[in-house]
Amino acid sequence: MLLTVDLALLLEKLILVIVVVFTSLGIAMYTTFAERKVAAILQDRRGPNRAGPFGLLQPLADGMKLFFKEEIIPNFSSKFLFILGPALAMLTACMTSAVIPWGDKVELFGRTISLQIADVNIGVLYVFGVVSLGVYGIMIGAWASNNKFSLMGGLRAASQIISYELAMGISLIALLMITGTLSLKEMVVQQQHGYWNIVLQPLGFLIFLVCAFAECNRTPFDLPEAENELIGGYHTEYSSMKLGFYLFSEYINMFVSSVVMATLFFGGYDVPWFDESTLAPNIAAIIGVTALMIKVVAFIFLFMWVRWTIPRFRYDQLMHLGWRILIPLALFNMLATGGVILYFNK
Amino acid sequence: MQALTNKAKQVSRKPMNFMEKMYLPAIFKGMMITFSHIFKKKPTINYPEKQRPFSPVFRGLQILNRDEEGRENCTACGLCAVACPAEAITMEGAERLPGEEHLYKEEKYAAKYEINMLRCIFCGLCEEACPKDAIYLSETFTPADYQRKQFIYSKNDLLIPHPKENPEEYQKALGNRPQKATSN
Repeated sequence: MLLTVDLALLLEKLILVIVVVFTSLGIAMYTTFAERKVAAILQDRRGPNRAGPFGLLQPLADGMKLFFKEEIIPNFSSKFLFILGPALAMLTACMTSAVIPWGDKVELFGRTISLQIADVNIGVLYVFGVVSLGVYGIMIGAWASNNKFSLMGGLRAASQIISYELAMGISLIALLMITGTLSLKEMVVQQQHGYWNIVLQPLGFLIFLVCAFAECNRTPFDLPEAENELIGGYHTEYSSMKLGFYLFSEYINMFVSSVVMATLFFGGYDVPWFDESTLAPNIAAIIGVTALMIKVVAFIFLFMWVRWTIPRFRYDQLMHLGWRILIPLALFNMLATGGVILYFNK
Repeated sequence: MQALTNKAKQVSRKPMNFMEKMYLPAIFKGMMITFSHIFKKKPTINYPEKQRPFSPVFRGLQILNRDEEGRENCTACGLCAVACPAEAITMEGAERLPGEEHLYKEEKYAAKYEINMLRCIFCGLCEEACPKDAIYLSETFTPADYQRKQFIYSKNDLLIPHPKENPEEYQKALGNRPQKATSN
């Protein structure tokens, strides 16, 4: 009896994993299309509109092109690590979504299924652990290419992640002091009943947002791949689908960090001024997932919008911003939050 | 130093104040500018489906003309070849035989007429040189091919469609310049 229940749970989680991974892959695919389209529209162009209706098949065409291109592994590279790099980047990008609560719960076949793969009680820590693992993919690939430009890109990626992870972590501590939990699900439930965390932590959100841009290697912080100084940075030597994996993992990271920001600061699957608990759970779940997706799309648009507005930072400017502005600001935010909490708890 | 024009602008070197050092207002302003471009009219047109109107003096690929009956105008006099600065035109003349009056307008005609489109500079001097209104520059312009030899256009490629057998194609080949049609 016990075994059958476990089997059903296993099946349920397996299906959920497959759905989530494929959804994030699909969204990442169409984010590449959206990026080109948004870029075009912001620059008064039209963007891709040839492949399929409105160019909707463009990402498929791009993927196919990458698959059919010649695979080149440089002679003097260390082959195992050269292949490991993009694989690791892709793997860590896909792993993050495991602890995200996509919605509340659905009732199917008499079972209540939580729309979260794993409600880990240290969910936030897991996300940040895996996200910072992602830089290993870049570093390993860059080092294995045996190319000075790649190595420069890898170095930049590493030091950038280290610098910005600090400020991000400290800004997060202030948030955790308010919520008092590390579970993402718990945070969403709290925001459903109280205020969204953006109201309580506006400065924290701003710091987090800037750091998220840096962590995703997005403009204005895309120094690891700075085309015009490093000819592509860490993926200079990559071609074919290995290059595709690097580019693709960047888009998945963007999607995941949008989801994390929406969950941490914008109530996750919560719809403001609307009580879902009166509705049937399945309908509430659909509304919740839709609400989360709308928030995520808004964030992804913000990522692109910023990319086509702000030029790239110089390297010393990047470090200056990280160490001498964001970290003190995050520390101040943490202290102020702590002070306020102490004052009101008395 | 004396400025040559009055376009030179004095650069302000004053240190940034606090608001400017925050960058965020400036970034927000910039983002508003890019956002406003979403609603601007796009100057790009969807090219192959939609084309911009040509100027009336546009010079595209050459076309060999026929008269209203569908007879070829060209008499292989060679004036176009002489006029051609790029030496892109070659031809061979032949005598019209009895019974071929419906094909060729005059006693002599071009048995072979070739234009090398890779040499042609589309200056239109052939059109100006022609005394018989047999050659003119059409509005077709983007020829593309995989081989160089395909760009040597023979008479088959150049002749305008027959006005009686194929009137629609004929009108299309004439383009927007009907005044150029057979009126010598």
